[in-house]
Amino acid sequence: MSTEFAREAIEKLRTGNENLVADVKDALGEYTATVPASSIVEVCEKLKNEHGFDLLADLCGCDRGPEDDPRFEVNYHLFSTEHYNRVRLKVLLSEDSPNVDTVTTVWKTANWHERETYDLVGIIFNGHPDLRRILLPSDFDGHALRKDYPLRGYEPYSLT
Amino acid sequence: MGLENKIFESLPDVLTVKLDAVINWSRKSSLWPATFGLACCAIEMMNTVSARNDLSRFGAETFRASPRQADVMIVSGRVSRKMAPVLRRIYDQMPEPKWVISMGACATSGGVFDNYAIVQGVDKVVPVDVYVPGCPPRPEMLVHAITMLQEKIMKESVKERTDTYEDESRRSIVPGTLPVTEGTTLEECAKDAETKPYSVPSEHEKRRSS
Repeated sequence: MSTEFAREAIEKLRTGNENLVADVKDALGEYTATVPASSIVEVCEKLKNEHGFDLLADLCGCDRGPEDDPRFEVNYHLFSTEHYNRVRLKVLLSEDSPNVDTVTTVWKTANWHERETYDLVGIIFNGHPDLRRILLPSDFDGHALRKDYPLRGYEPYSLT
Repeated sequence: MGLENKIFESLPDVLTVKLDAVINWSRKSSLWPATFGLACCAIEMMNTVSARNDLSRFGAETFRASPRQADVMIVSGRVSRKMAPVLRRIYDQMPEPKWVISMGACATSGGVFDNYAIVQGVDKVVPVDVYVPGCPPRPEMLVHAITMLQEKIMKESVKERTDTYEDESRRSIVPGTLPVTEGTTLEECAKDAETKPYSVPSEHEKRRSS
């Protein structure tokens, strides 16, 4: 898939405000922009309203492992139904403060995606209207998709 | 003119027999399983009722979707932590007499899923009468389990069959897995998350076997 439109959009964003996008990567037909956590909502709003990226295809978290810093990623996969182009936004978060602002204000569909990311990776989305666990039981201890989470879980649910 | 007339001619009007023997015979001859297909074992369970394996030869072909009309729960598949309270609730809704067959390696011991999400054996949640090994077990093995259960039923006494006490059923619900109602906040959920031991003392089974 061509990444032409995605590149243009991100470059326009960068010329407007250099601090909006930290880094870009165009590889294997995928266009990825690393965005500082503080400007993710602004970038999303602009991409949606000014550049036609109307669909939030996916929002997911990633744990690179406890030895890495920044440890966590939040990936936003945007799609433009108008231009048939995709762009990935990546927010890097440290272990000490895995906080990022919610994008539910931009796309309503982000609600459950962010709850899932909170549930499994433990990223806190500031301003989220209903940040509860969505897949795991509500009294679950820890976040199951973190690399340092033991496979059998913590007590009293370890069942060993 | 049928067989029963011949029997009436050759037998007295009144027979003396152990009450347990008659009741158990009628119970074992008409087992109504509750449909509880959880994973791939359920495919084998469905096959057991099919024309080829024909579970109705053993009087246990009437699968019921409602637990109120069933007396055997065939747990076929891995039980996840969030499924466990549902399973227990369905078990509690079944009227006595009731039995449980744990079908396959996952229901019996967690199988290959030795992780935080899967209950390591359904006997932590409900008392199990017959375990069926295999991954998945062949339909013949489930038929064998049914016949084994029938043998077990013949050894039981009617007195052992009483309904589960309500408080015991309540204690058996795995903590934290009840459905969260609309509008519950994270803080409220955290308040509920007091640590409880994750094992269900099956007093029911203890009463039954004592």
